[in-house]
Amino acid sequence: MSADQTAGQASATAGLSDLDTGPGRLRHQLDTVALAASTPDDEQPFAELGLKADEYARIKDILGRRPTTAELAMYSVMWSEHCSYKSSKVHLRQFGDLPPSDALLVGIGENAGVVDVGDGYAVTFKVESHNHPSYVEPYQGAATGVGGIVRDILTMGARPIAVMDSLRFGRADAPDTARVLPGVVSGVGGYGNCLGLPNIGGELLFDDCYAGNPLVNALCVGVMKHEDVRLAKAEGVGNKVILFGARTGGDGIGGVSVLASETFDAEGPAKRPSVQVGDPFTEKLLIEACLEIFQQDLVTGIQDLGGAGLSCATSELASAGTGGMHVDLDTVPLRDSTLTPAEILMSESQERMCAIVEPAKVADFLAVCAKWDVLATVIGEVTDGDRLTVDWHGERIVDVPPRTVAHEGPVYERPMQRPADLDALQADDPARLPRPTTGAELQAHWLAVVSSPDGADKTWVTEQYDRYVRGNTVLAQPDDAGVLRIDEDSHRGIALSLDGNGRHARLDPYTGTQLNLAEAYRNVAVSGARPLAVTNCLNFGSPEEPEVMWQFAEAVRGLADGCRELGLPVTGGNVSLYNQTGDVAINPTPVIGVLGVHEDVRKRVPTGWRTAGETVLLLGATRPEFGGSAWASVVHGHLGGRPPAVDLAAERSLGELLAALGREGLVSSAHDLADGGLAQALTESALRYGVGARLHLDGDPFTALFSESTARALVTTSDPKAVKDTADFAGVPVTELGTTGGDALVVGGLPELPLAELRAAWTATLPALFGSPEAAVGTVPAGTVPTS
Amino acid sequence: MRIGVITFPGSLDDVDAARAIRLAGADPVALWHADHDLRDVEAVVLPGGFSYGDYLRAGAIAARAPMMRDVIDRARAGMPVLGICNGFQVLCEAGLLPGALTRNSHLHFRNRDQVLAVERADTAWTSAYSTGQRIVIPVKNGEGRYVGSPDDLDRLEGEGRVAFRYVDGNPNGSSRDIAGVTSEDGRVVGLMPHPEHAVEDLTGPSTDGLGFFTSILKAVVDA
Repeated sequence: MSADQTAGQASATAGLSDLDTGPGRLRHQLDTVALAASTPDDEQPFAELGLKADEYARIKDILGRRPTTAELAMYSVMWSEHCSYKSSKVHLRQFGDLPPSDALLVGIGENAGVVDVGDGYAVTFKVESHNHPSYVEPYQGAATGVGGIVRDILTMGARPIAVMDSLRFGRADAPDTARVLPGVVSGVGGYGNCLGLPNIGGELLFDDCYAGNPLVNALCVGVMKHEDVRLAKAEGVGNKVILFGARTGGDGIGGVSVLASETFDAEGPAKRPSVQVGDPFTEKLLIEACLEIFQQDLVTGIQDLGGAGLSCATSELASAGTGGMHVDLDTVPLRDSTLTPAEILMSESQERMCAIVEPAKVADFLAVCAKWDVLATVIGEVTDGDRLTVDWHGERIVDVPPRTVAHEGPVYERPMQRPADLDALQADDPARLPRPTTGAELQAHWLAVVSSPDGADKTWVTEQYDRYVRGNTVLAQPDDAGVLRIDEDSHRGIALSLDGNGRHARLDPYTGTQLNLAEAYRNVAVSGARPLAVTNCLNFGSPEEPEVMWQFAEAVRGLADGCRELGLPVTGGNVSLYNQTGDVAINPTPVIGVLGVHEDVRKRVPTGWRTAGETVLLLGATRPEFGGSAWASVVHGHLGGRPPAVDLAAERSLGELLAALGREGLVSSAHDLADGGLAQALTESALRYGVGARLHLDGDPFTALFSESTARALVTTSDPKAVKDTADFAGVPVTELGTTGGDALVVGGLPELPLAELRAAWTATLPALFGSPEAAVGTVPAGTVPTS
Repeated sequence: MRIGVITFPGSLDDVDAARAIRLAGADPVALWHADHDLRDVEAVVLPGGFSYGDYLRAGAIAARAPMMRDVIDRARAGMPVLGICNGFQVLCEAGLLPGALTRNSHLHFRNRDQVLAVERADTAWTSAYSTGQRIVIPVKNGEGRYVGSPDDLDRLEGEGRVAFRYVDGNPNGSSRDIAGVTSEDGRVVGLMPHPEHAVEDLTGPSTDGLGFFTSILKAVVDA
């Protein structure tokens, strides 16, 4: 560790040392409620904890006195952007205003939404960001991102059954990407593999705009029976509050406030102490213990400890329940006995849960925990009244109305402004870019697109993930959607896809977000599933920048309108703001997850071609649409124009057609067209099992290969007439492209492309960039981290 | 016929092993690491996973679990035992199989569909195969590199105790491409790849793994 970093860490903890005592007070003197009342004018380090002056004044108003240091700690983390959604709340209400859906059993507001998938099964799924921690400490940041979302799913009463990850980094060849990416991938794999959760898909994309702000979004999905749904409520006066799982340590203090809710500065103290450290083994035991506890019906309410730790769990449980709770904080088992009460309340130590248990069931609860070697401690109880009180060795250090901490934080109507450069950006149409004209040029551009880091084979990453564990993975990456069996007898299953495209959203956040929704919807549909519900992770820059706030508002409006048109509910989501370094924000990057249901997973449709002699058909209409396309980006480094037009009615028709074709067994493969257009889809379909094709392209071959028009899919069939008839009936245009077979892609007008050559180009990219395994344990190169 | 599957804290593929046993036509019996009761099983599978989080060394703590004392005693008396991945690591740590599993040479966890050559088709767990047969089953591990001193490896090969070798690429740097080994009597077998993940067309790369479980059924019935 360099001297600079040491100094930085010392100054980062200075604010917390002040918290112990307050300036001018003896270090051993505890800041109690009584003391706070008698010393109203003591200065407090609210700004260092991320609170604004007016927010601090409001806390004093609520309490009628200055907060104690412990109370200040709680408010500071719970009123952070990350926990309170203070900038996004006014926009997110649109999701709640969508028409009610029969499929939605639990909606927005709980840890995760719950969807009815039939036969008495309920599925809960959610995606969450861990962007800032993953930049500071890639392995632990990504690992605890997985751990956190898994606990959210577990909290709903479900057995977690799979994870997915959506990752974005700076340029693939940038030196810092070589530090961040391998660590993130090892972290996602290290944690998920050790939990025994298959990783069934996701995304890996690169763009300069993520250089200082990589995006690490993790999704978890869980399954349960309808009657097993659990909620985060503390009800029943006299019921016990039990903290169980790992001991509380000094890691992750202020993770949600000083780390996730601020822009990275070029200068400033090291933020590494704000990153949590994960232990997946403890989490695996916690999962099994929780499921046994649920099975024996031993809890009345449960909440995981994630961002804001005990502050969040106690205030949210109390606020959603009867209203009163008392906690004896000195009973919390500690990893570090020197932690102060405020630090214990703020710690984001991982692998902890909080349950509300009837007194008569406490012994059984503790017995299950003992069986799984999970530490469990009664730390308090549900009380009459509407106060959350916390004592430290018999002295009162917190006495607050819990709703004011958990649910009545500040709400901002941030100023918004359309980005000043947007008109110029949209006017810069890719039509001006030189296009390939000869067959050889077309093929060169094809190879460039599919061998670009975004288009290339992702095996380097997905090989590091277990996709087989639990034995229910029917499809996983590189298929378009992950498909899981949830019942071995009825063969019922689900499909999931997670998609984003920051380039399209940069050009038009409203349309771009709908394009992402359409892509995730289509990916689920090509597997043969019926799309059911939507989740999202909205990654944006600083909400304090009016132009970013405008992008955010447009994206939310686009998603809400899109879901209304597709008839899908939004079951929940996550907002990650402050993804910017200095005044440079990331491209607006909404990542959309769509869940679908398979009545019979045996009828799932894979993406790869397996059999020669089948007809290759393109479903949907192709228009010359290149704004924000992979071709423009890869070949010309260009971002401009307008994104492809959205046609959600066409998307819906295509989805219904694909479901029907799958159900009737009329297609042997289906692949959605998105980034990289037909060139990308042909490459992936042919290389999956090494089956080529002989194809002809009608009209302009450049448009045919590289357009990113939406509502399109590539299918293969042994019964083209039946597929065409079904498509005609559904009103979906069909183009016959040719026939599968051989060991090359032979496309009329282009040189023959041997699969071996195509495979070499497609698979070489990521190993060439990240092949050195030593990079996985690399250290931070000097000068690349903005925090030292 | 009853085949036990032991769950240690951190076992992950225990449900998969139980499913494979069921699909082969036997009754899977859940066994708990802290018990001393083998519940009248006639063979035992030690499943994959990260028992005890791989702390100390992969398999080292599980090898000393109460239930393992019973397994070791019964295995020495001829009860068939199969160790898959972490189960193989446990068997090596327990001294039931020779050698050790260390961190993959490339330091990454790696999950891929792997071709294996079956070199011993006469053990309790491999009689459904023929000698030299190629099978495709998933491999997935971070500490799967089989190592031993050259003398030990020579002796092992001389005694014909290499049960499986990696073909078409060695996924973890194992010495002499060794993927699995057997005890002298052919009753205890351990391997890093996962036959229990290749038992259904719907979810596996093949159904080549089912033979392990039909073999043991036959071995016990014939005994």
